[in-house]
Amino acid sequence: MIRTLLAATALCCSMPAAAKTITVEAGADAQERLQEALILAEPGDVVELGAGTFELTDGLSLDVDQVTVRGAGMDKSILSFAGQLGAGEGLLVTSDDVVLRDFAVEDSKGDGIKSKGADRIVYHAIRVEWTGGPKASNGAYGIYPVEASDILVQDSVVRGASDAGIYVGQSKNIIVRRNTAIENVAGIEIENSFDAEVTENLVTGNTGGILVFDLPNLPQMGGHNVLVARNAIIANNTDNFAPEGNIVASVPAGTGVMVMANRNVQVVENAMINNGTTNVMVVAYTQSFDDPNYDPTPRDVYVADNVYGRAGFAPDFEGGKQLAAAFGGALPAIVYDGLGKGLIVNDAVQVLNLGLTRVGQPPTEAKPSLHRQDGAGETVALSPIVLPASMEAALK
Amino acid sequence: MRTVLAAVALCIAGFAVSAAPTRPIAPVDDAVITAKGMPKKLSDFGFFKDASGWQPNKGVELYRLNSALFTDYAEKYRYIYVPAGQQAVVDDDGLLQFPVGSALIKSFGYEIDGQDRLLETRVLLHRADGWIALPYVWNAEQTEAVLKVAGKRVPVTFTDPSGATRNISYAVPNKNQCKECHSLSGAVVPIGPKMRNLAHDTLDMLLSNAMLEKPDRDHPPIPDYADAAMPLESRARAYLDINCAHCHNRQGSASNSGLFLTYEEESPVHIGVGKRPVAAGRGSGGFQFAIAPGQPDQSILMHRLKSLEPGVAMPEVGRSLVHDEGAALLGEWIAAMEE
Repeated sequence: MIRTLLAATALCCSMPAAAKTITVEAGADAQERLQEALILAEPGDVVELGAGTFELTDGLSLDVDQVTVRGAGMDKSILSFAGQLGAGEGLLVTSDDVVLRDFAVEDSKGDGIKSKGADRIVYHAIRVEWTGGPKASNGAYGIYPVEASDILVQDSVVRGASDAGIYVGQSKNIIVRRNTAIENVAGIEIENSFDAEVTENLVTGNTGGILVFDLPNLPQMGGHNVLVARNAIIANNTDNFAPEGNIVASVPAGTGVMVMANRNVQVVENAMINNGTTNVMVVAYTQSFDDPNYDPTPRDVYVADNVYGRAGFAPDFEGGKQLAAAFGGALPAIVYDGLGKGLIVNDAVQVLNLGLTRVGQPPTEAKPSLHRQDGAGETVALSPIVLPASMEAALK
Repeated sequence: MRTVLAAVALCIAGFAVSAAPTRPIAPVDDAVITAKGMPKKLSDFGFFKDASGWQPNKGVELYRLNSALFTDYAEKYRYIYVPAGQQAVVDDDGLLQFPVGSALIKSFGYEIDGQDRLLETRVLLHRADGWIALPYVWNAEQTEAVLKVAGKRVPVTFTDPSGATRNISYAVPNKNQCKECHSLSGAVVPIGPKMRNLAHDTLDMLLSNAMLEKPDRDHPPIPDYADAAMPLESRARAYLDINCAHCHNRQGSASNSGLFLTYEEESPVHIGVGKRPVAAGRGSGGFQFAIAPGQPDQSILMHRLKSLEPGVAMPEVGRSLVHDEGAALLGEWIAAMEE
């Protein structure tokens, strides 16, 4: 009770006195009316989207702190970018303390919603969808916060992204909770980020379900402390439809969770079922790179208390079929390239160790064996991610 | 060359004076520049003596850059205003720091049916709490430009430098899109007037008008990328600097890309050589590297430069045509790199 009261007080104090609601309805000139509302909004204001489809011709952007953009529901207020002529995304947010909720972005030509350097952003009950299903011509990311601290993505739906449905990049202090990611190349991706929780999401029909990556030559590297817990990661067997060149274009179809070049990642209490290559893959970054500050190996990955269904029945990488045959027709539930250090698996499933000895070695040089570990391994639980109270309050 | 240009500038100034009506013209309204709010009409500022926006008012000076950003082959007319008795100073990076109350004014137009017509005028105003960027769109009669914070698309037909007729949906940027380019560490800043990119005659003009404090050191100029007499490498880098580096720098809108295209950048991988895409999506065009040395046709940078597709095309805003000459220059540069 005291906690609720304090949160409420904090919220009141942070709101300017003259906060107002600006309502924008769908219809003629939606582009100009909505963009003007987003520009003229003042801190504390709510920009309310009416029900209906807003036919937009250009990207929208918001650059005012403490603004809430709220629709009538993710299936009711629809920002359609099918006729988009310019800009790299549907909606771009570059200000702090923004709440986006209860509307949809459809068929944007580039990314769906990007927030850059936008701290304390909340995405709540947002739908970003490419309505023609999975296609290489779809935009790259659905929900795309990057270079920010304090990010909350909850109860949202992403579908059809040709890279990642929900992609959090180069950020800190992140919660991605209770979302649905369906038919994207990567369902949810946490990249070059620190301190993240990906929990209670339904991730299905993607090429890869949940990816935790670190890439070289970026301003923020050294991704670590990522919890992947209590997610349903089911049948992520869609053929990879990412444009070549993108790093996710190399993700094998049928990957449940993939941890690449990251440290202190915990994969616990998930249900992982029917992922054709494997349920969990732990690997190094295999491409050549020139960056002395980058560590391409996976380190301290902890896998425990998961529920495993069928997996490994259709491995989608070179030599995979032969390997599967060697294991009686299906790859083990977990595949590890053998690089890095500190992989702990406490689940009663087989772990295939490809036995690679150097980063970048092709899988054709694998010396596969079963990964052995003496007894149950130990780890220290990751500290829970705590977001500012105003962010959780915005979900109410 | 320099003398000729100076003489031309003088003539323009002379013309402006002789064309002025006999009644006194109100000066630039300093209070409108510095006050809060967003003036509805361009004429509220008093930057021009005439309603059609061609004759700069007293204290508003036409200036030129060595290398200019491509904007759909639009003609651009740039002006600097510094409040009377004040001066801009040059910082250590060679950027001009303007006093509060200064304004940068840029008009965009085309020759249409043999007549010069203005489409829009963008203003950057330096207020006590920072810079603000505002777009004004000219009416059909060319008698007033009005504020369009949400931007506007204007259908335009014009003849490009090669003689081809072009039909485009010209995009006046919205207020936030101004900031996408004019942003450094999240704050709006001018991007054109850097010491290394101001033309000689402009520098002479600013110094002789006492609008600029004399800098205490040299800032070697970057070349005009269109000047074929200059070395290919420096022309290409000048092109990238003025067209791409406002976003593609460590403090800019594209900081997360790891692709940094400023003239000073020394790391080959950050310029794009052998650099894999991060968040390019279908912008990658199926290619592996931003720049594949020796292979412009395999380079993402060329693919995005030559595309008109939103989501692929770079820059993301302000371009609905391919800059053929710019693409040719960068193609030549990449082709000349050792594989």
